[in-house]
Amino acid sequence: MIRSEILKEIAPILRDQLVVCNIGIPSQELHAIDDQPSNFYMLGTMGLSSSIGLGLALAQPKTVISIDGDGSVLTNLGTLPTIGNNIPGNFILMIIDNGSYGSTGDQPTYAGMKTDLAAMARAAGCDNVVEIMAKDTGPALQAAIDSGKGTVMVVKCESGNAKNPVITMDPVVIRDRFMKAVAS
Amino acid sequence: MSIDARITDDLVANGVEFITTVPCKQLAGVIEEIDQRPEIFHIPSNKEDEGMGLCAGAWMGGKRPAIIMQNTAIGVTINTLATLIQYYRMPLPMLISYRGELREPVACQVEMAVHTKALLAQMNIPTYHFHNQSDVEELDMILKYTFMCNKPVAILTDANFWGGYGDQ
Repeated sequence: MIRSEILKEIAPILRDQLVVCNIGIPSQELHAIDDQPSNFYMLGTMGLSSSIGLGLALAQPKTVISIDGDGSVLTNLGTLPTIGNNIPGNFILMIIDNGSYGSTGDQPTYAGMKTDLAAMARAAGCDNVVEIMAKDTGPALQAAIDSGKGTVMVVKCESGNAKNPVITMDPVVIRDRFMKAVAS
Repeated sequence: MSIDARITDDLVANGVEFITTVPCKQLAGVIEEIDQRPEIFHIPSNKEDEGMGLCAGAWMGGKRPAIIMQNTAIGVTINTLATLIQYYRMPLPMLISYRGELREPVACQVEMAVHTKALLAQMNIPTYHFHNQSDVEELDMILKYTFMCNKPVAILTDANFWGGYGDQ
């Protein structure tokens, strides 16, 4: 399975949650599969999906799912200790680990080589880290939501991208409708 | 009242409830002060762009944020300021230790000090420079201004403002 197939499968779960989605093709895929006001699409700022999601989860009680990638976590590795030491029960970081920089031409990341992101998350202090195969994402995500425990999920999948148009929605519109969904 | 307590009082009075910090020696007192206030949730970050991501999320979650950092971090956060804070139009007060100014003992700090105001000006970020302790009187207005216009706003605080750096 590739990332877009995972997103298609978990879209019915995501649509009822607050979702912060990683820059580039992941946001384009989620936007094409199931656009929701409760999705915050990152149009720039590689690496900060987990940080934005953590800040949001700490500020209010609804469940927040940050969809991140292995390359983006590697670019903001400082996020793992911050999550490990502060994670609230309503935050799920879902790292879709396809071992590549998908948005830039599928160049390999170190996570696809010797680097183990799940082990790094544990070493950073994250208590609930689950490493799963792509086909098991739906039940694992639902279990993480139901557990009420802050969770880091590392979802191993194949490299590859679906072809979708770029998101042309104005960033302030994305942010405004997202904030209304948060407050509703 | 200490300058640290005065700054923290203004933050609390303006409803700032979520603060992230990357420390600087000049900021040690104010960080200690915010840690003692139950109104403020303090989450240290490892890098300032990460901290701005936390602040963006907190603001969308209904909490007024602020970041406390050193001016060297302007070099770290240009992309985040442009593509997250400014692009999505979010308020962010940045209380910045302005290293490399008068009474600075460490020469290397001057190397980023000479770029700090130019970078902020290039980014069209409203910038205030606190040089004397009485300048703190503007902080309350600056915070109101920041949350009125939904922009990042820089408050540069130099060594003279803090009463000198160490033994200098």
